[in-house]
Amino acid sequence: MSAETADALAAAGASQDDDRARVERAAREVLAGIDPATATTAEFLGACYDAGLAWVHFPVGFGGLGVPAGLQAVADAILAAGGRPDPFLNNPIGVGMAGPTLHGHADEQLRARLLRPLYTGENMWAQLFSEPGAGSDLAGLSTRAVRDGDGWVVDGQKVWTSLAHLASWALLLARTDPDLPKHRGLTYFIVDMHAPGVEVRPLRQATGQAEFNEVYLTGVRVPDAHRLGDVGQGWNVAMTTLMNERSAIGDSALDRGSGTIADALGLWRDRPDLHTPALRLRLAGLWTQAEAHRLTGERARVARTAGPPGPEASIGKLVGAELNQKIYDFCMDMLGPEGTLYDSYDDPADSLQRRFLRARANTIEGGTSQILRNVLGERVLRLPGDVRVDTGKPWRDVPRG
Amino acid sequence: MSSEFAWSAEQVELRRTVRAFAAEVSPQEEVRRLMASPLGHDPAVWSRLGEELGVLGLAADEEYGGAGDGLVSQAVVIEELGRALVCGPLLGSVILGATALGGLSDKAARAELLPGLVAGRTSAALAAPLHRGGFDPAAVTVTATARHSATSPGGTTSPGGTTSPGGTETTGHTLRGSVAHVLDGAAADLLLVAAAIGGTDGGEDGDGDTVGLFAVSADATGLVRESTPTMDLTRRQATVSFNDAPARLLAAAPEAATVLATTAETAAVLLAAEQIGAAQYLLDLSVEYARTRLQFGRPIGSFQAVKHLCADMLVLVEQARSVAYHGAWALDEGTDDPRIAASLAQSVCSTAFTQVAAMAVQVHGGIGFTWEHPAHLYLKRAYTDAALLGSAEAHQERLAQLVLDDAGGL
Ligand SMILES: Cc1cc2nc3c(=O)[nH]c(=O)nc-3n(C[C@H](O)[C@H](O)[C@H](O)COP(=O)(O)OP(=O)(O)OC[C@H]3O[C@@H](n4cnc5c(N)ncnc54)[C@H](O)[C@@H]3O)c2cc1C
Repeated sequence: MSAETADALAAAGASQDDDRARVERAAREVLAGIDPATATTAEFLGACYDAGLAWVHFPVGFGGLGVPAGLQAVADAILAAGGRPDPFLNNPIGVGMAGPTLHGHADEQLRARLLRPLYTGENMWAQLFSEPGAGSDLAGLSTRAVRDGDGWVVDGQKVWTSLAHLASWALLLARTDPDLPKHRGLTYFIVDMHAPGVEVRPLRQATGQAEFNEVYLTGVRVPDAHRLGDVGQGWNVAMTTLMNERSAIGDSALDRGSGTIADALGLWRDRPDLHTPALRLRLAGLWTQAEAHRLTGERARVARTAGPPGPEASIGKLVGAELNQKIYDFCMDMLGPEGTLYDSYDDPADSLQRRFLRARANTIEGGTSQILRNVLGERVLRLPGDVRVDTGKPWRDVPRG
Repeated sequence: MSSEFAWSAEQVELRRTVRAFAAEVSPQEEVRRLMASPLGHDPAVWSRLGEELGVLGLAADEEYGGAGDGLVSQAVVIEELGRALVCGPLLGSVILGATALGGLSDKAARAELLPGLVAGRTSAALAAPLHRGGFDPAAVTVTATARHSATSPGGTTSPGGTTSPGGTETTGHTLRGSVAHVLDGAAADLLLVAAAIGGTDGGEDGDGDTVGLFAVSADATGLVRESTPTMDLTRRQATVSFNDAPARLLAAAPEAATVLATTAETAAVLLAAEQIGAAQYLLDLSVEYARTRLQFGRPIGSFQAVKHLCADMLVLVEQARSVAYHGAWALDEGTDDPRIAASLAQSVCSTAFTQVAAMAVQVHGGIGFTWEHPAHLYLKRAYTDAALLGSAEAHQERLAQLVLDDAGGL
């Protein structure tokens, strides 16, 4: 941390004490009022939402208490210890990305209608960003939204859309003006996944499962009231989503030894027959890296104020993704020949082998590690951008493929 | 009790003050002048740090001239001194000496010896084997022999002296042996020495049950100190030999081993603060260079190969900062096993600083390999720091024992 950020932190410190007490009290009251062991996930998370503990920095009445975001960890620690189901795992794109995007850019009516069922998981959410021709270069996307009366008509194809098969709502980035340079011709919408013209086709991945999909959008009507931000401002809104995506994915475990490192530690504990001195030191090294990652996340949580996460959240995403791969590489090496077995590609068990395969996607999804290093270099360290061949050109004249 | 990673307004101000002071008294030309001088530092600057700024004893108790603020504040200061490579007996006096003295149960010794160190008037050095990542009693190379004299009838026992059952009085000890790599040892006013009492080694089983901690003054007879040339010219070392040098017992067994083990943990955390300060400086320097150096008609920082090196340096520095300050907070507040917190700090920060130093040289190209450029000063500091209090591997081994072998860690 620079001296300047330390400065901001210290100033925030004093007034946080009262807020902290408020958050602690609210969390205890939730646990006193409803038992997570008997309530459904939706009921329990609904109680957390109503108590303002969904996103503590959101306004009262919208899942928050209007206190600094850094205090979310205080609520989470108490509620998780009391047996709260993990709201992020329950609806990752909804809770991790759509919630903060709606908070930042949707009007009061939309927020009042959408945030609660989003947090409880009654409405699953998906993210319609990536396309066959636009992955890392998201701003180059082709899906068109054309004005039609009091709404819009959307046509295009999205890909790698996680959870689209379960989602009732989705975040959509679409092109509204192909004659402007790519970043300036984009507009952001939310889309009802059950609207006519939305077709979801599962995509099978290396693990054998189909967590993500292709989504075809054909003449899909979106009311103008479902536009977030101004026409042509879609990129700014998308940045809110992406920064929250990275901070949500990159968020490290709260407790020592939990998170993905727990898989390696568990394997070590359960299989003394596979111990070797070299593996022992390698695991100690991974444990150390997991701690450095966890503590950096802890420090970021303390530093986080009411604002959205900044580009520095990319540190956690980058490190977490690469560390996961190293952890599951370790598990594979420790398992030896046993690791070469895989029970079923039709319905794979949640084995270490499956997790190993799944981890390969960690350095691609949510921004590749190369792109994240660009983000850290350019947006955090303020290094000059790469030479670009598409700057200032109308999107329609930029080569694609 | 402050929550971890919530720096107070005073600590933020402290950082600003020390950074400004370091910029004033320790510009690079001054570092280079001092590293070529016989003493290696400017005693006037050192005493200003102690007396004027009052930042050499922030973790020491107020009754000894310290501030009683704890390790987090001391770490902030050390980070800034490390950033500017301020020359002085930081390791000997502050990180090791004051820490060891502060841990003594002997109040009189603390009161006599600590205030000078805290004020920057005197300096100390610690001759004890800490280079394996903790205090290693089996590696003690000095032996202590008690000096006896007949008890005079009705006579009193001298301070620190003990009466032995044989009717003779122990009036002190003499030390024999030699210790290499004593940091800031050549110029120290006070030598703190780990020695095996009774002429044995550190104990058959090496558990330190015969080790005492002794004080030897600079003018003691039988004390021979030889400066050893170092790679890092800003940090001095000496080989210190004791030829029946008179010594005062500060802590007997088993206290001494405990004090030294705790000293090793605290020093691991404080040295980590120096490591991140210096690494942050190299990151800043490299980013600045990558923005301004042009090749192929563009700033080199626009090339991804260079940009990604800088991004990786940032990640290393940020992670190192987290574990270093976790260590300081954990030791202050007892929120973590101090052995784990200390080994985490040294293992992560040693790796980070050495890697960042190597990357900084690479980002700078040829200029980064010249004598004129600051990079080599930091590179040498990085590899020296990494070896002083246990290598990254030594600390990994300790962590493996604590976390993997002792099932309690799981
Ligand atoms: C499991 C999984 C789930 C996903 N879920 C979703 C989702 O729900 N919604 C959604 O919208 N998207 C989703 N994605 C898509 C994901 O965001 C993209 O895959 C990712 O952004 C990369 O795009 P791409 O696959 O087109 O690869 P490309 O962008 O074509 O990248 C190919 C390679 O080129 C490199 N590269 C590209 N540009 C640069 C550059 N400027 N500098 C250096 N290297 C570069 C990349 O790092 C990569 O190594 C998901 C992906 C995966 C794997």
